[in-house]
Amino acid sequence: MTEPQPTILVIEDEEPIRKFLRVSLASHGYRLVESADAADGLVQAASCQPDLIILDLGLPDMDGVELTRRIRQWSKVPIVIVSARGKEQDKVVALDAGADDYLTKPFGVSELLARLRVALRHTSKSDTGEAVFDLGDLHIDMVRRLITRAGQPLHLTPNEYRLLTLLVKHAGKVLTHRQILHEIWGPGSALETHYLRVYMNQLRQKLEADPAQPRYLLTEPGVGYRLNV
Amino acid sequence: MNDTRPDPDALLAEVVQQEAASHRGKLKVFFGSNAGVGKTYAMLDEARKRAAEGIDVVIGYAEAHIRPETESLLLGLDLLPYKLIEYKGATLKEFDLDAALVRKPAIVCVDELAHTNAPGLRHAKRWQDVYELLDAGINVYSTLNVQHLESVNDIVEHITGVRVNETLPDKVFDEADEVELIDISPDELIERLREGKVYKTQQAEQALRHFFNRGNLIALRELALRRTAERVDAQMRDFRRVHDIAKPWAANERVLVCVGPSPFAAQLIRATKRLASAFRAQWLAVSIETPIAAALSSDARERLAQNLRLAEQLGAQTVTLTGTNVVDELLAFARQRNITKIVIGKPDRPRWRDWLSGSIVDDLIRRSGQIDIYVVRHEQKASTNTAQNPAPPRRIHWAEYGCATLICAVATALGMFMYHVLGHEGESFSNTNVLMIDLLAVLFVAARFDRGPAIFASLFTVAAFDFTVVPPYYTFNVSDSQYLLTFAVMLVTALVISTLTHSIRRQREAARNRERSTAALLSLSRELAATREKKNIALIIARHVAEVFDSQAILFLPTLERELAIAAASGELPPLDDKELSVIRWVFDHNQPAGCGTTTLPAARGIYLPLAASSGNVGVLGLLDPRRSADPEILHQLEAFANQSALAVERAALAEESARAWERVEAEFLRNTLLSGVSHDLRTPLAAITGAASSLAETDSLSPAAGKELAENIVHEAERMELLITNLLDMTRLEAGGFQLHKEWHALPEIVGSAIHHLHKRLSQHRIVAHLPANLPLVFLDGLAMEQVFTNLLDNAGIYTPPGTEIAISAFITSDRLTIDVTDHGPGLPSTDPARVFQKFFRGGSRPDTHARRGMGLGLSICKGIVELHGGTITASNRPEGGAIFRITLPREGTPPTIDTQG
Repeated sequence: MTEPQPTILVIEDEEPIRKFLRVSLASHGYRLVESADAADGLVQAASCQPDLIILDLGLPDMDGVELTRRIRQWSKVPIVIVSARGKEQDKVVALDAGADDYLTKPFGVSELLARLRVALRHTSKSDTGEAVFDLGDLHIDMVRRLITRAGQPLHLTPNEYRLLTLLVKHAGKVLTHRQILHEIWGPGSALETHYLRVYMNQLRQKLEADPAQPRYLLTEPGVGYRLNV
Repeated sequence: MNDTRPDPDALLAEVVQQEAASHRGKLKVFFGSNAGVGKTYAMLDEARKRAAEGIDVVIGYAEAHIRPETESLLLGLDLLPYKLIEYKGATLKEFDLDAALVRKPAIVCVDELAHTNAPGLRHAKRWQDVYELLDAGINVYSTLNVQHLESVNDIVEHITGVRVNETLPDKVFDEADEVELIDISPDELIERLREGKVYKTQQAEQALRHFFNRGNLIALRELALRRTAERVDAQMRDFRRVHDIAKPWAANERVLVCVGPSPFAAQLIRATKRLASAFRAQWLAVSIETPIAAALSSDARERLAQNLRLAEQLGAQTVTLTGTNVVDELLAFARQRNITKIVIGKPDRPRWRDWLSGSIVDDLIRRSGQIDIYVVRHEQKASTNTAQNPAPPRRIHWAEYGCATLICAVATALGMFMYHVLGHEGESFSNTNVLMIDLLAVLFVAARFDRGPAIFASLFTVAAFDFTVVPPYYTFNVSDSQYLLTFAVMLVTALVISTLTHSIRRQREAARNRERSTAALLSLSRELAATREKKNIALIIARHVAEVFDSQAILFLPTLERELAIAAASGELPPLDDKELSVIRWVFDHNQPAGCGTTTLPAARGIYLPLAASSGNVGVLGLLDPRRSADPEILHQLEAFANQSALAVERAALAEESARAWERVEAEFLRNTLLSGVSHDLRTPLAAITGAASSLAETDSLSPAAGKELAENIVHEAERMELLITNLLDMTRLEAGGFQLHKEWHALPEIVGSAIHHLHKRLSQHRIVAHLPANLPLVFLDGLAMEQVFTNLLDNAGIYTPPGTEIAISAFITSDRLTIDVTDHGPGLPSTDPARVFQKFFRGGSRPDTHARRGMGLGLSICKGIVELHGGTITASNRPEGGAIFRITLPREGTPPTIDTQG
């Protein structure tokens, strides 16, 4: 690979987790910068220009959500947050504050790498993205506004189409309910999550072989949705 | 038997007495033969000395205001204000018990121990006030004249000719801790009277003439000295008993007195008390209930009860026997109780009745064998003490008189018709037959109504007979003297019949009353036996008592803070004022009955009894505005009910206590199971992780394949640990009530799908099928929580069913509920009690090939907890075609929002 080693800043107060990340990420070609608290993390984020930040929400000196907001004031660096199970609301707040994705403790290394890849890809690509997208036997042509499944054209309503293309644009990345509602129905929409659930359900009926066991349109319980790639 | 050994009962009584005495205040009585000997002076003098020693002395009540030299003693002492009672227009000064209890000095001086309190005070007698002070640990100084002692009441009357109505039970005197005799010679006393030191001069003259003559004073002085000597003697005996000095141990005399309703029985009882004291004997008072006695009038029964109470106050044990023959019962009982002397009253009936029915006294003397019989005469002029409680005036049933008049008038009319109309037509109609008709009428009235109407009927018919049938007609003159005999016979017949009927009716009523109360008691105890809960027990008691006594019943039970609260009441409860509540509180605190019909706080609206159980007082039973408060029976009957109730309430309290204890034990058990479960279930994966990780770290020659296996093992075990901890946390939150639902409108397939996705690695060996209708509406629930439920159910199915089998999840919806089934094709649930799987820490026998994937037995109980939080149910059963089925039924809440999905 000619690509330079991406630099990853880990802001995490637990030494064992930092050690695990250091060992596993180094062996997969990442360069690691470590911070044990938020204050040092902020300095490092500004000074060493990381390509991605892994941020623990439970820091001793500052709320992870607040730290996300501060970084977002001057940087678009992807932020992947790490938190314990049962803190879904914290994750949603952090994601809405500008974090790109999340990992629930405990997590495996494959899951971690997948998240990092997705987050890094979205920054390296321009926002226009590719006009044509293939997902298994699904073919999505955003120029011609045509969606086929095994060659058969599918008829989607305008909102279904917008929902699908939104997920495709952020493929592999989690989108919170609020983010989706804002994107499709506008920032002022007072619509509730269940609108989204109904459309997602319909979309699954049309796209998935078994809507109860979706392969592509995944639910992130309590947080939002993710297009599985 | 070695008779010289101290009686264990006596020793026990001694111990009890000493124990009580250690907390109790001490009573010192300044005892004298008469007013004016200087008791109050001596008491106050002593009080001054104590006060000078720095002891907290308070004068509660002192009758010193008329004697200047005594009054001067009060100077400088702490005087408790009198309680002023308005009574019949006068203001009475009384001792303020409550103020003394609040003040709680070391010593209170209360003059005149035998004083009768003004109505409206808590106790009828001052000695009861004093006892309450002693109970509160306050020492009391008091004064007493010998003539007020109950046992010498008759003697005093005999000596002085004046009946003393204010009497004091001898036990108070005997139980006093110290008695100081204040004695001066009669001459000196007379001198003091003359000088006006006792009464004001005018009164003194009168007193000297009537009461304070020298003879009387000498006799009273002798009485006082003798009574004090007796006390000293008793103390000596107590000393001997305690110190086991057996030599002059008195013969075991036991005296029995036979008590009836006669007003003279009180004399008999006092005589027996004196006899028993003289012999240093125990004594018993016995009343014998025969069928004839059962028919006693209520007056007589009241007197009998009074007599027995008197005996009890004088220290007797009282017993009521039942039987047909007085002498048989008496002697049988006497022999059984080793009675050595029987005291009975001299019969006051004419000799001819002895000839007719035999004399009890003669019979007793003839058959008494070893037992001595004492026959005691009585004073003819003895007045009864019942004046204090006048019998309620007899009600006159005018309706009965009306009926009697009507019946007699009809009979007379019939007689006239026969005699004058029929008699003149045919043969002369004998006036004897007319008399027969009249007699029939009298008979009818006598059998039907009270004695009054019967006598009235006989007089009426005789008069009418004379007036209408006996020549000269229509006058009351009688020409033939033989009719006088007719009249007399007629009258006697009416009287005899009415008396007989009356007594039969009385007996029947008495029997019915007793039967009713026995039956009521029986039904109460039967109903109580079938009840466990305190609340229900209270309701049952209130209802039964209200029914039997025909008044409103209330039951008070203490709360955990020992405050009394109404546990049950029959009917609408009128508000109870503070006074009434304080009576109830008093009853509870002092474990004695009070209220109307008793001698304590008789002004109260209700009668209140403590529920005395073995563990102490468990409540108060009250009867508001009792119908028959004058009847002494009511107290006895109510006592029987209170006893039953106390048992039941105590039992319920014990049951509650043991239930609480059981809960604690159960919680303890749960905690232990949890601890052992946690330690075992967390240590097992931890051991595996440690082992695998140390192999990886320390073994150099590990093949890459082996290393990978070890590492996978670590991941697997760590995942297992995570699941355990998640379950533990969820369970803890559910148990602690901290699990809050965040309900939203959810699409069920999404939740199910998320659960399946979550488990897809763990369930990779099973076929998961979801049968969810495409048109399923949104449902209102907590998505994360329900996902947890499905995850646990599916995981559970994965653990307990063989690989390759299908696990299906299906749902159907009706207008009011959503049903979700999770079915598997495994071996099914334990057939005995499938519901057991939802119990905490229940673990089934897992498949042998799932290598130790068993959980802690919390997963399904968490499911149950979450589903129940949603207001739903979860059941587990075996399908007829094999495998288990878990069915969740959730109520549907609200109408799902309608969404135009065409946009």
